Amino acid sequence: MSGKSGINDFAFKMGTVNGTGSASANGLLMQAIFRMGIPVTGKNIFPSNIQGLPTWYEIRVSKDGYTARPSEVDLVVALNPATYAKDVKTVRPGGYLVYDSTWPMDPDLVREGITILGIPFGRMCVETFEKDRDRTLLRNIAYAGALAALLKIDTAVIEAMLTEKFGKKPKLLAANHTAFKLGYDYAMAHFQCPLPFHLEPMDRTGDSILIDGNTAAALGAVYAGATVGAWYPITPATALMEQFKGFCEKYRVDKETGLHKYAILQAEDELAAAGIIIGAGWAGARAFTNTSGPGISLMQEFIGLAYYTDIPAVFIDVQRCGPATGMPTRTQQADLLSLAYASHGDTKHLIVFPADPRECFEMTVQAFDLAERFQTPVFVASDLDIGMNDWMVKRFEWDDSYRPDRGKVLDAADLEKIQRFSRYLDVDGDGIAARTLPGVGGKGAYFVRGSGHDKHGQYTEDSDAYQELVDRLKRKFEGAAEHVPAPIISHQPGAEVGLVTIGGCEAAVHEAADILRAEGIHTDYMRIRGFPFSEEVRKFLGRHEHTFVIEQNRDAQLRSLVQIELGVARDAMTPILDYSGMPLTAATVVNAVKTHLAEVPA
Amino acid sequence: MTSIAKPPVKHPTARTNGRGLTLRDYEGAMSTLCAGCGHDSVTAALVQAAWELEIEPHRAAKMSGIGCSSKTTAYFMKQSHGFNSVHGRMPSVTSGAAAANKGLTYIGISGDGDSLSIGLGQLSHAIRRNVNMLYVIENNGVYGLTKGQFSASADIGSTSKKGEANEQAPIDPVLLALTLGCTFVARSFSGDKQQLVPILKAAIAHKGLALVDVISPCVSFNDHEGSTKSYAYTREHEVEAVHADFIPLKREITVPETGEEVRVVEMHDGARVRLRSTATDYDPTNRESAYAHVRACQARHEIATGLLFVDENGRDMHDYLKTVPTPLVDLPFEALCPGKDALGKLMDRYR
Repeated sequence: MSGKSGINDFAFKMGTVNGTGSASANGLLMQAIFRMGIPVTGKNIFPSNIQGLPTWYEIRVSKDGYTARPSEVDLVVALNPATYAKDVKTVRPGGYLVYDSTWPMDPDLVREGITILGIPFGRMCVETFEKDRDRTLLRNIAYAGALAALLKIDTAVIEAMLTEKFGKKPKLLAANHTAFKLGYDYAMAHFQCPLPFHLEPMDRTGDSILIDGNTAAALGAVYAGATVGAWYPITPATALMEQFKGFCEKYRVDKETGLHKYAILQAEDELAAAGIIIGAGWAGARAFTNTSGPGISLMQEFIGLAYYTDIPAVFIDVQRCGPATGMPTRTQQADLLSLAYASHGDTKHLIVFPADPRECFEMTVQAFDLAERFQTPVFVASDLDIGMNDWMVKRFEWDDSYRPDRGKVLDAADLEKIQRFSRYLDVDGDGIAARTLPGVGGKGAYFVRGSGHDKHGQYTEDSDAYQELVDRLKRKFEGAAEHVPAPIISHQPGAEVGLVTIGGCEAAVHEAADILRAEGIHTDYMRIRGFPFSEEVRKFLGRHEHTFVIEQNRDAQLRSLVQIELGVARDAMTPILDYSGMPLTAATVVNAVKTHLAEVPA
Repeated sequence: MTSIAKPPVKHPTARTNGRGLTLRDYEGAMSTLCAGCGHDSVTAALVQAAWELEIEPHRAAKMSGIGCSSKTTAYFMKQSHGFNSVHGRMPSVTSGAAAANKGLTYIGISGDGDSLSIGLGQLSHAIRRNVNMLYVIENNGVYGLTKGQFSASADIGSTSKKGEANEQAPIDPVLLALTLGCTFVARSFSGDKQQLVPILKAAIAHKGLALVDVISPCVSFNDHEGSTKSYAYTREHEVEAVHADFIPLKREITVPETGEEVRVVEMHDGARVRLRSTATDYDPTNRESAYAHVRACQARHEIATGLLFVDENGRDMHDYLKTVPTPLVDLPFEALCPGKDALGKLMDRYR
């Protein structure tokens, strides 16, 4: 991939200090490129800290629409002396490094084979702005200006965005404008602008938006008709409920009375959050919680209760590195097994695996339908990369004819028609028993108990009754395989191997498949999107003597799940694992596939 | 939860309430607790209270955690939905159910193990949230189902059946509730139905979380000489702060004039509690003096009972949440989903 960079096909990154205002400048750059019609992705690599530690923002521009994390960068803006040594190494040979030349050049920044551009951002800002805070914050807008000159970002687009943002605050607008020009003019005056790799307007983003997965999932919960949200703050899931609240304030407040058509409870811990949504689900509301791995650990007892008592609830797990606190601001897909079999006893749970924010929106809606249809906990397995980074995805669509799948709920009129209501009686043979909601009256009342119960809902410790019930739950679970989102499968003529992946690995694996094909290695592709695994998943694996299973955890959890549930031999699945905490790159996949194929004779 | 169905036989002359229901209609399954368990007396008081309040059984939800006390929910109001959750977590499940459907009467039953050890956090936060519910703690100072360990409410010096003395200070749910801002705090004794029934009625009518701590002796593990939660000990040491009677507004009843100071507290649903102080200077609307009274009784090894504190002006969970009057579960989907056009407009904001 080296040396391919060119017009609308390159990557750059900013190394800054957390809490100094760089996030807004970086967002401005990415959005400006997007508005120029050029496909773009931004990855925020940030520390678990409020202020002071090193943070990076990587922007990838790809005329072909690739959105995976870049494997190398063409230009680095090094503004954090603490990471100079590291940052200078990450520039590809022949690339560029921009640094703040207010001070003498640090020896760490010296490197043969790259072009070093010094711009006195600090001095220019000190000379131009009076307040200390402005001098710090606006230095970021100054480097955005320099990059606009070097990379040929449309200044009119930037100006328009600044006006949108600061239009009502003329002083701020003027200061931002000045800072932007400081950087822009300096670069134009001192360097040959633009650089060989730069931007040219395109028309490839018109039907797309830039959005993060947490916002998208929150919007999905609103559109699905969720009315109760309960949560306990945890990185990287926190923003999801905050976004849900924002959307509810926009769409769910009665205009006349100011009263809310939703209830959001910030619980005292994750245990309580799970209890709240289970109570609400039992009472008939669509209820959800957002959490991450440590929260799922705490919720396990309640998850088991909901499973065993047939109560719907949606858990959105924005995965991060574990175990324990792990690396809370780094991404992973390491909760797969703990979600699939969460809680003690024999349990199995429905999971959907979104790959990007658009799927976060769609699959969150689906999760509520699945939860009510199958009367069981459903997990949305997102992750930090999907949840917290802005992704370029197709605009979301909505069909107004959608109505929630409430599953088998008997109302008073239904109860009139039957002789006796038995809560856990499998009338239809699909393992799903009809439920009633509290308040229905008549013979609909029943008792929820986590202790042994028979098909009528009565307490029992009878062995046969227990087995009958847990067998029904298994039947219900298996029946869900054809209702969870189907895998995405594609074939290439003459494919030698299969690539199997999940969730946010999609972007990198797709790109890797294209690179491999260009090198003569043809692959079939399958992205699993739901658990339990459907028949199509089994068929794909059966068709390929050998597959690569690409996922982001140490222990090949997806491969284990496939092996356990489908009986596919471990040897038939070579794991490609990235558990660095960083979003996957295509290069990681390409290199692993090629290395393996070279080792194993065809 | 163990339960045995009762035969559906009604006495032809049984008295009915305004809904045409007899006391039997408010009963549940046959209790499987030990004969003489205080909890069964609480059950009987709950049956009486619900019958007298004329609650529609199907409009009530019975909530509990795990333990002997939590079995109680199976033994009354068989026509109500019930929920035995997990140990100590009844408050969160009830919070969620109440958030979803504010139209039901929530009756939560818990124990000292369930609420003061594993569930102390959830109890505290349910109080803080002021969930509209009755919260009964059947308090016996001991773990019955696991055969006799001290609970967090066991008094210092109280002995186990085997003779071991408890050395750790107890957690008093009444003091806890008063400290946390609970809007209705009462204590009673399972053996005193005269006092317990009106307290339960007032607690159910109260808007917000009404905590009723009921000393409810465990006959199997904590009804012996060294126990401070035994029948004998409680009878000897009980000190009534406020004698309460409860009068739903729709049913006129007269209270005999006794010449004593009687205070009337109007509940949010319009019903009234009449409070007669046994100590003429006791003010159940003053949190500080209620706290001082309970502490003073403790110092004298007495158990303060009666309606200890009530605040009918507190905001409950739905006030904080600012929810619409219609229960959320009854809102039609059309009122919840913004629809295609709104999504289209929203998408433009992410450009």
